[in-house]
Amino acid sequence: MTSSTTSAAPSSDILLAPSNVGVLSAPADYSADWPEWFRRGQKTAWETFQAIPQPKRTDEPWRFANLRALDLSDFTLAVPVENEAALIVRSKGFPDVAAKLIFANERLIQREATGLPPGVLLLPLEQAATDHQELFQRNFMSTPVRLGSKKFAALHRARLRTGAFLHVPKGIVIERPIEIWHWVEGEDATIFPHTLIVLEDGASASVIDRFVSANDESSLAIAVNDLTLGSGSKLTYVGVQEWSSKTTAFHLNTTEVAMNGTATALAMNFGGSYIRGESDSHLLGEGSRSVMLSINPADAEREIDQRTFQDHFAPRATSDLLYHNALSDASRTIFAGLIKVEEGAHETDAYQKVRNLILSDEAEANSMPGLEILADNVRCTHGATSGELNEDELFYMLARGIPPNQAAQLIVRGFFGTVLERLENPILEEQLGAILDRKLNLTV
Amino acid sequence: MPVPSLSILDLHASIGDKPILKGLTLEIPKGEVHAIMGKNGSGKSTLAKIMAGHPDYTVTSGDVLLDGESILGMEPDVRARLGLFLAFQYPMEIPGVTIANFIRAALQSRLPEGEDIDAIDYYENLYKKMDLLSMSRSFTSRSVNEGFSGGEKKRCEILQMAMLQPSYAVLDETDSGLDIDALKIVSAGVNSLRGPNIGMLVITHYQRLLDYIVPDKVHVMSEGRIILSGEKDLALKLEAEGYDWVEKEYQAA
Ligand SMILES: Nc1ncnc2c1ncn2[C@@H]1O[C@H](COP(=O)(O)OP(=O)(O)O)[C@@H](O)[C@H]1O
Ligand SMILES: [Mg+2]
Repeated sequence: MTSSTTSAAPSSDILLAPSNVGVLSAPADYSADWPEWFRRGQKTAWETFQAIPQPKRTDEPWRFANLRALDLSDFTLAVPVENEAALIVRSKGFPDVAAKLIFANERLIQREATGLPPGVLLLPLEQAATDHQELFQRNFMSTPVRLGSKKFAALHRARLRTGAFLHVPKGIVIERPIEIWHWVEGEDATIFPHTLIVLEDGASASVIDRFVSANDESSLAIAVNDLTLGSGSKLTYVGVQEWSSKTTAFHLNTTEVAMNGTATALAMNFGGSYIRGESDSHLLGEGSRSVMLSINPADAEREIDQRTFQDHFAPRATSDLLYHNALSDASRTIFAGLIKVEEGAHETDAYQKVRNLILSDEAEANSMPGLEILADNVRCTHGATSGELNEDELFYMLARGIPPNQAAQLIVRGFFGTVLERLENPILEEQLGAILDRKLNLTV
Repeated sequence: MPVPSLSILDLHASIGDKPILKGLTLEIPKGEVHAIMGKNGSGKSTLAKIMAGHPDYTVTSGDVLLDGESILGMEPDVRARLGLFLAFQYPMEIPGVTIANFIRAALQSRLPEGEDIDAIDYYENLYKKMDLLSMSRSFTSRSVNEGFSGGEKKRCEILQMAMLQPSYAVLDETDSGLDIDALKIVSAGVNSLRGPNIGMLVITHYQRLLDYIVPDKVHVMSEGRIILSGEKDLALKLEAEGYDWVEKEYQAA
């Protein structure tokens, strides 16, 4: 699967393929693309999935969440898409990337990787498992999911068929971003996007995951992204989520940062009906840094439910979380974040800030910041604010001739722009800014 | 047909139930620069904001006409697109919105549906106007007024005015917070915009500004009214002798 285009089955077969395998029905067999040991792990994961009870209202990690969204019984396993070429054409992303992978309904449909320095691995997961077993096993879902979705992570582990594996060896710097597309197509179809990134000491990369629905259909995505950073390495990871408005999606992240490494991760949530995000940062090495960002324009009846953990194990590490939610219509957001400073993690700097811009009387923002400190001499701040559009800012814009709707959108754009600035990467800022402009219907 | 003008007719306005403007009448013909001077609290900013359509104020009677058309029933953005500009005494900070995008959105709002600004022409024009105001080009990518010094904010207001080319401009204390060098730059910027196609109302409580932006007429405002109007040397007299004599004469009359 290393050629520039891959396609396993002729499309006439694909059109006739049934899509009636329920996502909750017991897996019959596992793909022969995977080694035997991996398939055994899938069986175990299925048992785990079944053993863990469905979340209840009284479970702390599910407080305020709409539990009805967690009934997955109507969803079916995705079958190969009807028209791969059409999706490839629609995967128009950043103009200048080092590599691009396109997945659609659990299959890699295109791989372009001509811009990668030698030594860098960018492979479908099943190939990494086969050809780089030790490296794969050391990193693949190796850290337990702790923020509530253990059950759904097990389902992901049991059901996934492919995904992206990026390994950047020691000292290698990839200047241009790597873009990975994840398409879902089909009414009630389910996909399990997976992005596993391992940077060795001193390596540097930026990766953009694009999550997209082919049509305005109901679908389920259970996505995992695991980021492992070696000493002094630098990773920028962005998830641009544009699922259809009828999609239920889980985006589960674990980030582990070694000494002096810097992870900067941004989630932009534009679509979906219920979006559950879990971001779990482990500051493992002295001087490590994790910047956790999120941009959430919530509208219609969307619910964006985000749980975060900034877990400091080493001294003099920094974690810096900034989430901006703009809520219109009858949307809801939930934020629950914990900063934990473990014993011995002295001189920790940990920040957590959630800002809710409430644009509608029917919208509802819930914020639950938390703090637990077991070390000395630490600096931790956390806070959540909620406010409406500033009338004076609005008037200032109107006084320049900008119509009220456009003025409000510009203020929202600015509100999100201040999060984009935190990427400290002008090129990404501009390109992601252009996506924001498009999504907010701004002509500027 | 009368000369085009911005005219304020016996305007009464209040905030809550507190009357602030109490029968203010003033006419600024297009092509002229008028100055309003008055002590702090006399209602100058209130007048400016009412003309721009600020929702906090209630007009109880009177009218404001732009080239003969009443603007009081119009939304603030409609008034602005009609050609009215207000340089704010305290310009707002808008986090995350760059100056370039802000001015561009304002210009875009003046175009017919479906027509777009030409980006190259736009930046060329923007840079030219910035040079005129001695503004560094790095300003375009900074958020509107965020972290700006007082002088930078005022320059940014004049930059917007230069870009939007209003037919009437109200400049509220554009000199406050400026040192003498900045005052000269801002005044030169304003003077370069003077001409037959614009009427300006310059609000200040220092005569100093009027050394640089020389007005055609000077009006004295007190407690929500114009109590004296005169030629430009009235400003010098106010500077030398204060406002008390004007108020006494007005009360006597
Ligand atoms: N938002 C407000 N609420 C209450 N009073 C106000 C408000 N704005 C202005 N005023 C009052 O209106 C009067 C005129 O204020 P202003 O127009 O700012 O004067 P100037 O610009 O001439 O200094 C003052 O007495 C001021 O206290
Ligand atoms: Mg004032």
